[in-house]
Amino acid sequence: MTQQEALFRYAVRMGDNSLVLGHRLSEWCGHGPQLEEDIAQANIALDLIGQARNYLTYAGEVEAKGRSEDDLAYLRTDRDYLNVLLTELPKGDYAQTIARSFLFDAFHLPLQQALTTSNDERLKGIAEKAVKEVTYHLRHSSEWLIRFGDGTEESHNRAQAALDDLWRYTGELFISDEAEELLAKAGIAPQLDGIKKEWSATVDRVLNEATLKRPADGWMASGGKKGVHTEHIGPMLAEMQTLQRTYPGAEW
Amino acid sequence: MRTVAEIRELLEQVKDPEIPVISIRELGVLRDVKMEGDLVEVTITPTYSGCPAMDVMQQDVEQVLRKAGIERFNVRQVLSPAWSTDWISESGRKSLLEYGIAPPPHTSDIRALKGGVPVTACPQCGSTDTVLVSQFGSTACKALYKCNTCQEPFDLFKCL
Repeated sequence: MTQQEALFRYAVRMGDNSLVLGHRLSEWCGHGPQLEEDIAQANIALDLIGQARNYLTYAGEVEAKGRSEDDLAYLRTDRDYLNVLLTELPKGDYAQTIARSFLFDAFHLPLQQALTTSNDERLKGIAEKAVKEVTYHLRHSSEWLIRFGDGTEESHNRAQAALDDLWRYTGELFISDEAEELLAKAGIAPQLDGIKKEWSATVDRVLNEATLKRPADGWMASGGKKGVHTEHIGPMLAEMQTLQRTYPGAEW
Repeated sequence: MRTVAEIRELLEQVKDPEIPVISIRELGVLRDVKMEGDLVEVTITPTYSGCPAMDVMQQDVEQVLRKAGIERFNVRQVLSPAWSTDWISESGRKSLLEYGIAPPPHTSDIRALKGGVPVTACPQCGSTDTVLVSQFGSTACKALYKCNTCQEPFDLFKCL
C-alpha cells in the first residue's frame, strides 16, 4: 500500500464515520423526544456532515480520479464504506442514541485532538475546526448519559441496556489497519493505543457519575473498517442515496 | 482598478444571512483581500464545518464583486487557522447584542469552552439571572438561554 492509498482510505474512513453517524442522528429531526433535543441532534448531525464533506472532498483530491464529495457519498455501495460498525447501528430509543453518541464522541475527541498535530496540513486544518465542534458533542452526550443513568429506574435500566448492547462494537474503534499503521509511522495519523487510554478514562469518569456499570470486555464485532458491515447499513444507504441514484447528477 | 481598501469597503455589504446585522468582516469570516494585478483574491473561513450559510456568503461576495464591475476574482474557503468567536469585532459584538443575541464569552474564559457555564446577561433586560436551556439553539453557532427576570428566551452566540 502506498502512502497515497493509505491517505485515501483514511480520509474516506474519517468522512464515512461522520457521514453515517450524522445521517443516523438526522433521523431524529422532527422526531426528537423534546424540541430542544430535536434541534440539538439536527445541529450535531450538521456538524458531522460538514466534517464529512471536508474529508470526502480531500479523499477525492488524494485519489485524483475526479471523484467529488457527492460521488463518494452517494455513489458507493456498502462494501466501499469504511466507517466503524458503531456508527451505522439503528438509532434505537433515545438511550441507545445517546449511549452510541457518547461511546463514539469519547473516541472522536482525542482522535481529532491528535490530528491537530498531523504532518498532513489538510487533515490538521480539518481537525482544528472539528475539535471545537466535537467538544460540544461529547459534552452533550455525556450530560444526557448522566441524566439517564442517575435519573429514574426506567431511564437507568434503558441506559445500562444500551451500553451492554453497544459495548461489543467499541473494540473495532482501536484496531489499526494497514493504512493507519502506515500513516502513524509518517506522523500523519495517531497511534490508536493512546486514543484508547483517553477514551477509557472518559468512559470510566462519565459512567461513574452516571451510576452506570462499565460492561465487561467480551467478543467484539469488527469489519466496518474494511467494508464488511452489519445488515443495517444497506437500508440506510438506500434511503440516503435514493435521490442521486434516481436522478443521476442532480444538483441542489 | 480598485484598491484593496475599496474592495474591503465594498464587502462591508456582505452580511451573515442568518444574522443580517453583522458583516462578514465583523464576524471574522473575511480573512483576507489581496490584489494580484487585476485579480481580486478573497479568503473566507467557515464558522462551523457544516455551516449552511457559508456557500451563501461566498455567493454574496461574488455577487457584490460582479455588481461593482470586477471581472477577475477568486473567492476561496480555508479551514486553518480555525475560526474563533474571539475574531468577532467589538462593533460586531455590539450589533449582536442590539439584535437580541448575547455575544459569546471570550475563549480566555476557559469555563466557557470546558463545560462551565459563564455568567450571561440577558440582551433584553440586562439581568444576569439567566439559565441555559440547551447548548444547541436555532443554529449550530448559538445556544438557547432563558432570562429568569424578564422571562424571555434568548440566543447566546456560543464560544468556539
